[in-house]
Formats: sequence, structure tokens, C-alpha cells
Amino acid sequence: MRDLSLHLLDLAQNSIKAGASLVTIRMTVDENGWLTFVLIDDGCGMTPELLSRVTSPFATTRTTRKVGLGIPMMMENAQRAGGDLTIESQVGKGTTLTVTYDTRNIDSLPMGDLAGTILSLILVNPDRPDFLFEGKSPTGEGSFDTREVRAVLAGVPLNEPAVTAWMKEALEETINPIFGGV
Amino acid sequence: MKSLADLEAIRAKTLENIAMRKDNHDAARVVVGMATCGIAAGARPVMLQFVEEIKKRNLEHVNVSQTGCIGMCRLEPMVDVILPGQEKVTYVKVKPEMVARIVAEHIVNGRPVEEYTIGAAE
Repeated sequence: MRDLSLHLLDLAQNSIKAGASLVTIRMTVDENGWLTFVLIDDGCGMTPELLSRVTSPFATTRTTRKVGLGIPMMMENAQRAGGDLTIESQVGKGTTLTVTYDTRNIDSLPMGDLAGTILSLILVNPDRPDFLFEGKSPTGEGSFDTREVRAVLAGVPLNEPAVTAWMKEALEETINPIFGGV
Repeated sequence: MKSLADLEAIRAKTLENIAMRKDNHDAARVVVGMATCGIAAGARPVMLQFVEEIKKRNLEHVNVSQTGCIGMCRLEPMVDVILPGQEKVTYVKVKPEMVARIVAEHIVNGRPVEEYTIGAAE
């Protein structure tokens, strides 16, 4: 993965697969350049047994083959930049994945196209789950909540082209001032 | 700044079209492989380009969705195009530049772009 936004796109699939109804994406960069990325879902959660081996590349719930690289690759990229990846999970409650790293580290991943990632997530999952994005950095803060969008739309699907165009602009206006365009 | 009021206007405008469309179940489907392998190979810009192209051409009966990894990671990004009543066509190593042609020739005119398909790659 070339940037953090691609990792997010990938890891969010786990939350969607877990049957989440709300996926919260919280992205913060503090004054010291320390990044915290938290992905919270209210999906099915993991058993302590699965949780204990989920950072291994050989842990996966799929049955087609024996490897699952999403979490281990994110972990390696975080650790390479002085950070870490931790996961908390409870069966029936959901899962919280936290990634931290130093954006001033030369090996740190760039942010990438965060607005494009969130738009992609919404477009391919127009009915469920809802996505809540909260971003904060020294240059600004903002949020985007598909529950608000859905409430206004009252039945018009989120992947309706005119709605898509609106969301694309709204996401870029919200996110780009906080984390830069790409 | 985009406001929720703009969105309300969009809702009012599109509601009518949607009611008409609901009766039509013959939607074409574009399915983009978006597992770890697909994403790493560049599936996101491809997916967004399909959405953009479909909007540009005002195609009303096309659904863009995603799927997981089907085990041919070396050929990602992969895209299936399924037109109603026709065999699924699988495109491999798709780049955003290829999307306009796939939409125009295949989805609009019904002729798959043979040179981009898995048959041509294998």
C-alpha cells in the first residue's frame, strides 16, 4: 500500500464484512506531527482467540485461501514510522483499530486521497453501513456523517449520480484543508 | 461550501426519476475487485472513474459495486461488467484511462473491449 488512505479503504472492508451499521473514521495529526487513526465499528466483533492472532498474515476469516494481509501490512507500515497498531474487540459489540505513527519519520506513509477513499466506501456500500468521518490537524478540523446526508435525502440513494457529485465536493471541502489534497 | 440545503434540492429533483427507474430491473453491473490486492494495484481510481464516466453519460441503469479477492491478484485491478442477459465479461489490469472505452464500447454499445479482457491477457 502506497498511502494511509488505501489502508483505510482496505481495513474498512473488515468492518463492513463484520456487519457494522456505523463505521467511524477518526483521523488526527497533532502539533508534533504524531498521527492517530482510529477505525471504530459496531460489527460482530472478534473472539479473544481470533483477536490474539489477527495481526498475523496467516489469520483470515475467508475460506478461499490462508492469508490475510490487510492488518499485518498496516502494522508494519506503522511500526516502520515509530508507531504501532492495536486492536480491541468484543464479540457482539464491535472492533476498534488504532494506528499511530510519526508523520515526520522519513518512512511514514503519506495520507493519500482520503476524500476519494471515503467517497469510494460510501459509493460501493450505499445502503449500509453509515460512515462518520472526523478529522483534525493543526490546519483545521471537520466531519462528514452519512447519517445526516441520508436524513436529508429521505430515500434517494447515496449512489445517485447527483448525490455522488455533491458528496465528492463536500468531502473534498471538508478533508483537503485538514490533511492537504493528496 | 456545499450545504445540506443543496442536497435537499438534489433530492427533490431526483426523486421523480428514481420512481420511474424502480420498475426497471435490467440494470447493468460493474463490479470492481477491491480486496487488499485490488486496492494495492489501483482499484480505487478505477472505481471512481467508472462512477464519473457513468455520470458524464447520464447512464441510469448501471450499478457500480465491489467484490473481494477472487484469487488472481496478479491481474488486479479486475472489473466485471455484467449486462442484463449476457455473459459476464472480466477485464484485467484495468487503468483509469481504459474506463471511458469500456463504458462507451461495452456498456453503451454492447461490444466488449476484447483486448482488455482476461481472455486476451491469459
